[in-house]
Amino acid sequence: MEKFVTLTDTAIPLDIENVDTDQIIPARFLKATDKQGFGDHVFRDWRFQKDGTVNEDFVLNNPKYKGSILVAGNNFGCGSSREHAAWALVGYGFKVIVSSFFADIFKGNSLNNGLLPVQVSERFLSELFQKVKENPKTEITVNLEKQSISVTGTNLTETFEIDPYKKTCMINGYDDIDYLLSKKDRIEAFEAQKI
Amino acid sequence: MGKTLFDKVWDAHVVDSIANGPQVLYIDQHLIHEVTSPQAFQELEARKIPIFRPQQIVATADHNTPTLNQHLPVKDALSRNQLKQLSENCQKNGITLYELGHQYNGIVHVMAPELGITQPGMTIVCGDSHTSTHGAFGSIAFGIGTSQVAQVFASQCLLLTKPKSLRVTVNGTLKKGVLPKDVILYIISKIGTNAGTGYFCEYAGEVFENMSMEGRMTVCNMSIEMGARGGMIAPDETTFNYVKGREFAPKDVEFDKKVAYWKTLPTDADAVFDKEYTFDASDIEPMVTYGTNPGMGIKISGNIPSLKDASFKKSLEYMGFEAGESMLNKPINYVFIGSCTNSRIEDFRVAAQYIKGKQKAKNVTAWLVPGSKQVEAQIEAEGLKGIFEAAGFQLRQPGCSACLAMNDDKIPQGEYCVSTSNRNFEGRQGQGARTILASPLVAAATAIEGKIIDITQQLN
Ligand code: SF4
Repeated sequence: MEKFVTLTDTAIPLDIENVDTDQIIPARFLKATDKQGFGDHVFRDWRFQKDGTVNEDFVLNNPKYKGSILVAGNNFGCGSSREHAAWALVGYGFKVIVSSFFADIFKGNSLNNGLLPVQVSERFLSELFQKVKENPKTEITVNLEKQSISVTGTNLTETFEIDPYKKTCMINGYDDIDYLLSKKDRIEAFEAQKI
Repeated sequence: MGKTLFDKVWDAHVVDSIANGPQVLYIDQHLIHEVTSPQAFQELEARKIPIFRPQQIVATADHNTPTLNQHLPVKDALSRNQLKQLSENCQKNGITLYELGHQYNGIVHVMAPELGITQPGMTIVCGDSHTSTHGAFGSIAFGIGTSQVAQVFASQCLLLTKPKSLRVTVNGTLKKGVLPKDVILYIISKIGTNAGTGYFCEYAGEVFENMSMEGRMTVCNMSIEMGARGGMIAPDETTFNYVKGREFAPKDVEFDKKVAYWKTLPTDADAVFDKEYTFDASDIEPMVTYGTNPGMGIKISGNIPSLKDASFKKSLEYMGFEAGESMLNKPINYVFIGSCTNSRIEDFRVAAQYIKGKQKAKNVTAWLVPGSKQVEAQIEAEGLKGIFEAAGFQLRQPGCSACLAMNDDKIPQGEYCVSTSNRNFEGRQGQGARTILASPLVAAATAIEGKIIDITQQLN
């Protein structure tokens, strides 16, 4: 897993609530048996019309907006547990998702793939949307060490929560398997005493 | 202070705790399927880590399987490859697999309970969010991502932070024609799609106590649709009777010993929940959804609300509905009875009872997809197949089918489908398809009439 410490970049504003993982990656793209190529299909049915032509109205197709930070509406990543959603977002080039609320499984999946979910207040989120829409060149800095997110050249800043264990993993690029394997003895002892 | 059912099962599975961090939770049973497991097998292989406890894993092929001609090779090359990978991975690692055509094959959340793999007090995981279904037995069951599938492969454990507790109590008696599906659609419509995020939910009260195991599974199945990782119902005589005698259930003395333990699991009277909701059964009517998330539900005779926000408008636009209008008499061309929410024998009995002697409307394509080979066999044994065929319904072979439309069972662009599945997201049943979630009874009635009708009027 890639390490994450800080990031400064522009953002893409996806001002839609309840974005579910079926939208992030539709089920018909789940037939692959490896993790490659999902980035091409991220938000497939929003990015393209049914006839395969590009949907100019969708924000990812708007040349004004670029960046590895996705700012999204409340309750991002609800629905299916498919980790393909996280792979698709990472594959497309996102490193951070900002929202006022993330669905549980999606949050875990992101953290396991080096994609940082940054949960901010409703107010901060709406100010962020406004800033990015007003000026697509707006730069946002996410500092995982300090657990802070701020908009360059403004006093707009907020801290965010993250599980301390997960924070250590992200900063060092560790994953849970390494940790669990180091606990083998305890796990076996647990099995032995279990009824 | 007393403990909740959830506390008791959770605490009995904690192997270790990280200071200020997650806990190491032991997993008793791991269920896998073809779509969310290949990358986990790959990960372990790449890192040369063996599967730690292959005998605690059971696999099935369900998400990506055809529902016609299952005896023939699967036509779609990508699907065929995915199924082949699962077979190879299971064989290589000594994992039990009920592949396509096997007498125990079926949707993972239908197959495991009916085989007695699912038991009270267990921890159960699967790379599928509707793993919450198994909570109906008083087990902690929840969906996981593929990285976590790899973690369980490697260590039979997961690193997790204990969720908060939530209880939904429904007392009273359900009205005629109100099914477990209506109960859960009602609850989600009341508390919303993220009321449960960060929580594990317990369903309590007379309505659930009086419900069959199959009904309880329908309810727990949709816990994830209110954001909860899982839902649970206290094990009782109904649970024990269901488990008893099933293929993988404990036998004889072993069973009695287990029952004695299971009886200690229900929530203590003085236990405190972080959040509670209470509803009255008499307030619940047959439900339908009108929007693009499962919380957008109304009683069948009600009107679509009028809300101002942008997502509400976007949702109605997608569905082609107007704020304030009634859903009654909306013409419907597709009906799907199936999915891990409603594809068990009781669901088909309810449908058959209504359909018997009637004819499906001409405009309707009606698919009935059993949850497992065993349900399929039971449908035949009980003579329901004849009823369905005489009425013009298509009885297909088991699998997830049009619930997620990964195979050929897709609802065409712009068409409405009254579906007994659990998600009405945009494009879930096919690109541009419009899903209306309902109970098997409402689905059957819609197929007969070719439109949504007020089933309550007809029943009274
Ligand atoms: S029936 Fe639908 S919800 Fe259930 S396991 Fe299959 S795809 Fe998932």
